[in-house]
Amino acid sequence: MTTISSASAAFTGRDPGNRLYGPVPDVTEQAGYVEEHPKRVGFFTDTSVCIGCKACEVACKEWNTLPMDDSHGVRDAIGLSGMSFDNTGQLGANSWRHVAFIEQSRTVDLPMPTFGRPGDDRHDHGPSVAGSGDHDSLATAQQSSVLNAEALSEFDPQTGQSGADKQVRWLMSSDVCKHCTHAGCLDVCPTGALFRTEFGTVVVQGDICNGCGYCVASCPYGVIDQRKGDGRVFKCTMCYDRLTDGLMPACATACPTQSIQFGDLDELQARADARLATLQGQGVETARLYGRDESDGVGGVGAFFLLLDEPEVYGLPPDPIVTTRDLPAMWKAAGKAAAMMVGVAMTAILGSRRS
Amino acid sequence: MTGGITTPGAGWRQADRGPATQRTTTKRRKRGGGRGRGEVSMVDDVEFTSYYGRQIVKTPVWKSPDVPLYLFLGGAAGSSSILAALADLTDRPTLTRVGRITAGGGAILSVVALVHDLGRPERFLHMLRVFKVTSPLSVGTYILSPFSAAAGATAAVELLGWFPRLKRFGGVVAAIFGGPLATYTGVLLANTAVPSWHAAHKQLPFVFGGSAMAAGGGISMIFTPVDEAGPARKMAVAGAAIELAVVNKVEIDHGILSEPFHEGQPGRLMRAARACTAAGAGLTVLAGRNRWGAVASGTLLAAGSLLTRFGVFEAGIASTKDPKYVVVPQRERLAARAANELNDPGEARSITR
Repeated sequence: MTTISSASAAFTGRDPGNRLYGPVPDVTEQAGYVEEHPKRVGFFTDTSVCIGCKACEVACKEWNTLPMDDSHGVRDAIGLSGMSFDNTGQLGANSWRHVAFIEQSRTVDLPMPTFGRPGDDRHDHGPSVAGSGDHDSLATAQQSSVLNAEALSEFDPQTGQSGADKQVRWLMSSDVCKHCTHAGCLDVCPTGALFRTEFGTVVVQGDICNGCGYCVASCPYGVIDQRKGDGRVFKCTMCYDRLTDGLMPACATACPTQSIQFGDLDELQARADARLATLQGQGVETARLYGRDESDGVGGVGAFFLLLDEPEVYGLPPDPIVTTRDLPAMWKAAGKAAAMMVGVAMTAILGSRRS
Repeated sequence: MTGGITTPGAGWRQADRGPATQRTTTKRRKRGGGRGRGEVSMVDDVEFTSYYGRQIVKTPVWKSPDVPLYLFLGGAAGSSSILAALADLTDRPTLTRVGRITAGGGAILSVVALVHDLGRPERFLHMLRVFKVTSPLSVGTYILSPFSAAAGATAAVELLGWFPRLKRFGGVVAAIFGGPLATYTGVLLANTAVPSWHAAHKQLPFVFGGSAMAAGGGISMIFTPVDEAGPARKMAVAGAAIELAVVNKVEIDHGILSEPFHEGQPGRLMRAARACTAAGAGLTVLAGRNRWGAVASGTLLAAGSLLTRFGVFEAGIASTKDPKYVVVPQRERLAARAANELNDPGEARSITR
């Protein structure tokens, strides 16, 4: 009988090594890799350059031979979610990458009472495939031949009725298991099927998992799930098999815009900080990093994000906290309650006349 | 950078549905309910944002009735084993016998329920390959295994009439694990990301402990002659009182996270549980010394305990299905922390529990 846990030593009252909660300098070493071990790796998902192509989803499904499922996790079913381009819907046992699509608009006060066709305000968006030289004339030609420009401006969804104009934007974000520093799933697994790898990631061993489902209820992000018809749980492994062979995870390899960046976590964090500063310098005031802060509720995550809106807009919890932070208090309460039961029973026995 | 609860960044709104924020629907109950105090909504309407209204945390895959039944059986068996051991030491043979058989039967059935709930039941022994204090299910395995072995063996010996001295030893071993068995299940539920369970993490062990005593005492009252069942009656009434008091705290202490305990199916279960437990406790006091009064009140108490387990279980399930139970409390936490940092920058990183 061995102890496989990120926190078994933490129940002496104090938690000096932050085994349950708080920042951890080297989570891999804390997990028992005391000798030489690789640096902690991770994903930095920069949603500001995500184009929603879902190459990551496809690459993940293919590499890991995941079954098909619909947007509610029903296995071997295909169907539309009916809400957006997002028919994957959520992370689950069969979807380890999930691209979220959020269509947003905002009202903009412009000096001109009306504004042009959709796309007119986008000519500064960098080079297009057609080449920048004849781009404008080509685009105009295409629009005049295919679309009736007058009718279009009449029904232009981007033109407000009251003189105020609307801007539309798409938020796209490829969600994934966060590989938390304090991973709730790993803490509560009663079989040791979930473990921390030498890369600092969190992986399920399929031959150990007995499908108790405790990890499913304990993930503050709702990532891990049980596969119907199989009974065991599955989630992103950060392509553990590829990592051991020195390859990048499938999703990061497939990403055409470098929205998903893979690498050593400290390097990714530096890169993310620089990217955030750049964006904020350009006036993108809503950009923020999510999961980067090592003093957050899960001790920072291995797969963190640059978001352009509040986390909950993307379906992420705004302030997740690992459930085992409060476990010492819970065990204390359970001990008191058990003592209370014995006390009540003893009082009941001693307080009753013998027949 | 981060706005308040209501301000999405830079005026962006979800395009197809007007404002990106939704309003929590705090339903006021139409019927006044059984309680005297008016059903004043404890939660102000708050606005929150979500991804197309989809849930954030996963709904537990634990099955009903397996898990609520396990909670009930484990509790009833645990409290019965304590009662039986103490009755044995004070020479109450019938109460001892009833308690031991309840404990043994409950233990065996709860093992069956627990194993049946696994996704891979044939691998239930994998839970014995590690011991982890961070996993209440692992700790519970090491409570349930010795308990069910001791309580099952004691009950079998009781029925067969063999080895009278071994019986007392087995009964005491079971009683040692009985209390933890009944209360660890509160930790089992609370140590999850399920919002309404986790919020009540200091109370659920007491709810389940009280409920266990109501059930164990009630079942013992049914099968024990009234003049020997005095301790069972006392334990049942005390347990019911604790259960009612702590459940009431769970239902009012946690703001929006108390809501699932009032609404819909879980709300109905909780109200039925309260009615059964209160009626059972009252009837025990009034008519517990009457044979049929004891049977009726014992049945009501056991039913109340069972309904409490189902109600708490279903309330947690309901709290995972609506993103507001994740987003709103976490937003409030962030706002409180931001206010804290503003007032006391030195303590910027102190996080309130």
